Parts: sequence; C-alpha cells; structure tokens
Amino acid sequence: MATTETKKIKLSSAQELQQAVKRRRIMIYTALLAVALVAPFLAYPVFLMKILCFALFACAFNLVLGYTGLLSFGHAAFLATGGYFTGYLLSQHAVTPEVGILVGTLAAIILGTFFGLLSIRRQGIYFAMITLALAQLVFFFYLQADFTGGEDGMQGVPRGYLFGFIDLENNLSMYYFVLAVFLLGFMLIQRTIHSPFGQVLKAIRENEPRATSLGYNVDAYKLVAFVISAGLAGLAGSTKTVIFQLASLNDAHWHMSGEVILMTLVGGVGTLVGPIVGATFVLTLTHQLAQSALGDWVNVILGVVFVACVMAFRAGIVGEIQKFAKKNFK
Amino acid sequence: MTMIFGVPAAAFFGQLLLGLINGAFYALLSLGLAIIFGLLKIINFAHGAQYMLGAFAAYLLLHLLGINYWMALFLAPLIVGTFGALIERYLLRRITHIDHMYGLLLTFGLALIIQGLFTNIFGVSGNRYPVPDALSGGVNLGFMFLPYYRGWIVAIAVVVCIAVWFLIEKTKLGGYLRAGTENPALMQAFGINVPLLVTLTYGFGVALAAFTGVLAAPIYSVAPGMGANLLIVVFAVVVIGGMGSIMGAIITGLAMGIVEGLTKVYYPEASNTVIFLVMIFVLLLRPAGLFGKEA
Repeated sequence: MATTETKKIKLSSAQELQQAVKRRRIMIYTALLAVALVAPFLAYPVFLMKILCFALFACAFNLVLGYTGLLSFGHAAFLATGGYFTGYLLSQHAVTPEVGILVGTLAAIILGTFFGLLSIRRQGIYFAMITLALAQLVFFFYLQADFTGGEDGMQGVPRGYLFGFIDLENNLSMYYFVLAVFLLGFMLIQRTIHSPFGQVLKAIRENEPRATSLGYNVDAYKLVAFVISAGLAGLAGSTKTVIFQLASLNDAHWHMSGEVILMTLVGGVGTLVGPIVGATFVLTLTHQLAQSALGDWVNVILGVVFVACVMAFRAGIVGEIQKFAKKNFK
Repeated sequence: MTMIFGVPAAAFFGQLLLGLINGAFYALLSLGLAIIFGLLKIINFAHGAQYMLGAFAAYLLLHLLGINYWMALFLAPLIVGTFGALIERYLLRRITHIDHMYGLLLTFGLALIIQGLFTNIFGVSGNRYPVPDALSGGVNLGFMFLPYYRGWIVAIAVVVCIAVWFLIEKTKLGGYLRAGTENPALMQAFGINVPLLVTLTYGFGVALAAFTGVLAAPIYSVAPGMGANLLIVVFAVVVIGGMGSIMGAIITGLAMGIVEGLTKVYYPEASNTVIFLVMIFVLLLRPAGLFGKEA
C-alpha cells in the first residue's frame, strides 16, 4: 500500500526525524520567548512575574518527580528558605538584590543537601513522608524564629537596585530581570536533563535496581538531583520575595508543597514545558476564582482538579498534547 | 508540693497524661495507615481528613439527630468507613495498576476537597462537643487530678489497639490480610476475593481514623483543620516506627506521645518539633525505623 510505503521511507531516516523534532523544539521555544518578551505590555507584569516564579519552582520540582521519580512533599521549605534569607539580607543589611538572591539560593542548597541526605535513606512512600515531616519542622522553625516575623511574615522588603544601578522599583525592569532568572534556571534544568547525568536519572526512575546493578551510585545521583532542585526552588523563592517585597509563612506551609505538585501534575510530569503550563493554569485559575463568587471554594476546586488529573489526565496538559500529536501527526 | 526534676508533680503528670492521650491517637492513626499500606501499598493522605470526618459525624449525629456519644462511637466509624470503602471501590481501585504514587496524590486531592467543603460549611473555628455524662468529672489520685474522660481515652485506645493486633495476628481474616500483604496474586489463585478484601481493609482503616476522631471530639474542638497537622506528625511516627509491625506502630505511637508531653513540661518551645527531631535521629541511626525490616 502506498501510504505505508511512504511512512516506512520517512521512518527509515531516523536522523532526519530527529532533526525535524529539534527544529520544531527550537521553533516552540522561540515562539514562547517572543511571547514572554512582549507579555508585560499586554498583561499585568506583577502577575506575570508570579507565574514565572512558580513556573521555575514547578520546573525545579519536576526535576525530582518527573526525571528522577522522587515524590518530594517538602519543596515549600526551599521556597520559603530562599525567600526568608533574601528578605532578611535586603531589609536588614541593604545588600543589592542579586547578592540577596544568591545567598537565598545558597541557603536552600544547604537545606536541600540536609533534606536529601536524610530522606534518600528511605524509598518510595517513605521519601514523601520524610520530606513532608522535615518541611513541617522547617515551618515551625520559621514560625518561632525571631527574624522571620512569625505569622506576619517579613514585610516591606526593599527591591533595591540590581547590580547597584538598575532600579527594580520599575515593574518593567523587574519583569525582565525575573525573566532572565527564569530562563537561567530553565536552561540549567534543560541541560541537566539532556546530559549523560540526566540519562542516568531517567534510568533510576525507570528501574532503580538495574541502575544499581550497572554500577551507578544511585543515592549520589538522587542527592545531586535533589540538591539542584532545592537550589532552584530557593532561587524561585528568593526572586518571589524581591518581587512582592514580602516573605511569608504561607510559602513554608505544606499546602505550598501540594500546590507545586498540582502544577506539575496538571502541566505534565516529566515534560520540560509542562510545569510552566501547569503553573500558569493553576495561578490563573486561583486568581480568577479569588475574584469571583467562588472565592471560598478555591481549595475544593484545586482538590477536584487534583483528583481529575490523577483519574483521567495523568499525562497532564502538555503530555496529553504530545500523545495526541504522536497519534495523529506522525 | 512534690516536685519532679524541678516541675510540680501535678503539672508533670498532667502533661504526661496529655502526652499519653496524644500518643493513643498517634497509635490508632498510624495503625490505620499501616493496615491500609500493607494491602494497598499507598499512604492514605486523606487519613487526617477522615479523622476529622469522624469527629464531625459525632458532632452532627448529636446536634441533628440527638444521637449520643456511645452510639456515635459505633455509628460514626461505620458511616465514615462506608464512605472510605466507596472511595476505594470507585476511585482507588481504578488506579491500582499504575504507580502507587498516584494513589497518594489522589488521597491528597480528596483531603483538600473534604477539608475545603467542611471549612466552607462550618468555618475554620472549632465546635464544642460535650463530654458524655457518664464520664464527666474526675478523680483526685493524690499526685494529680484525672478527668474520667481522659482516662477513658487511654484505656479504650489501648483496648482497641490490642483488639486490632489480635484480629490481624491471630484470626483467620487477619491471616488473609497478612497473606494479601505478601502476595495478593497467589491468594487470588486460592479463591479468595482479594478486591473485596482490599475494599474492606481500606474501609476498616478509615473507620479506625473516624473512631479516633470521635474519641478526640470532646477534648479537642471539632474543626475542619483538626486532622491536617496531626497527620504530618503521624507520618513522622510511622517513619520512626516503620510500618512492618502492628505492635511496633502501637508502641511507637504511645512513646512519641509521651516524649511530646514531657517536652511540653521541660522545653515547651520544642514541643511542636520534638517528634520530627526524633525522626531525624532514627533516620541517621536506623534508617529502616525502629521496628522496620531492612529493605
């Protein structure tokens, strides 16, 4: 038959196909970047910055869930740690924002190493429970510590001057700075996933005993992935504090860990752009609901989205689109 | 006044009793989690919400139908347990063939829904549930005042724990349960209705959570958020004890309650966190948990 013939010919040159995929990927990224560059002129920049922060947070989380197969229920701790350290430095020691953000990220990396070393000792379901319990410990610490402002949080954090001369009080310069931070984080994740290191992570996700038997130090790989993820989550939290001039206890609550799981799940676990789509979806949904008559129902609706995703759309928005494309446009 | 390590004896024993009560709750809840985990291999994130449902069921039975505490102690677990069995039958069963992580996420979503619904209907503040008449008042033991109801909680919790242990370790039904934990496919081949057993097991675990909720209703206020933070502590207890043994779960639960109570006496700032700190030490020294088997 003619159609199968052509299909065979097309498939025979796998290299060509790979190049086509690559070309398509570059096109998609270029389009997304173009959208991101003009977006602040079309929509409210502060909301867009919020989306970028949470997109980075979700992408970081996806590195452990989607590419290593570890379900962390404690990522809120890293977001909050980044936020608090940056907030403290900016308001008490008047450092420039980039220094504050770097130190916040570093604090999250240190905390992530500590979490990772402890939680990787147990697998599967225990991993989720341990990370959740450790994050709760961190929550109580921030609740009782003096410098965090307890339940009020840290308010009125100055945005300051980036590198000492770019005024971040201007929402537009703030936006492009946040976009740069996001792209940096995203590229790091993209490079990690496509590196040989990332391939080993995927091998661990698919079949841990086999990865061990091939001679890989599975725990070390998991730890490095977890620490990268924690650091990027901290980076997201630090940036968030600079944007909103606020570091709040909400960021440390287990609810936040649940929200980032939802974002990743909705967008597509184990897809590169899924978490970005998921974060945009969840934030837009909560934002719209908060303004409507259904404001009190946000948690219930998020729960329903959770259940619906698990029951019917496990691949998430991006994953389902990929499946559909694979089926129809091959 | 008698002093114990620089603390008045009454305060010391009062906190010890409160610790024992919390420990009893930890034991009952971690027991339910362990039973569910054994057969379904999922961690039931809705356990805290189901505990809350038990307390609310008792509260509503009393205020809407005038059904007293003693009936509620039986009816509330039955109602909430049935609800749990339906969740298993119509939601959890459909995702048994995929990664168990999704079961965890599903129950987490359910917990959000249940807690959100109850917060919208009843508000965040707590509702009072009266102590049953037969157990009101207390007795002066000389070194402390013991409210009857608090003594009752500890006693009934220990009795229920031992009964569950007996049911699982010594009866035929418990034998099925343990066999199902080891190898469900082989048991199915022997002609035992495993899916039904799974449904009943989940329902039973949920009923246990609801039972704990009814016990808690008269001493803690009945509020939608009452289970959420408690559940995280119970997770830490489960990590400390390991889910391998029923007796281990009971002993760890009670012990952690006492540790928490004593911390409240000597260093109140750490009372929220002491169990998590114990968890860290156990992970460092004995990663599989105190009663767990090395993987």
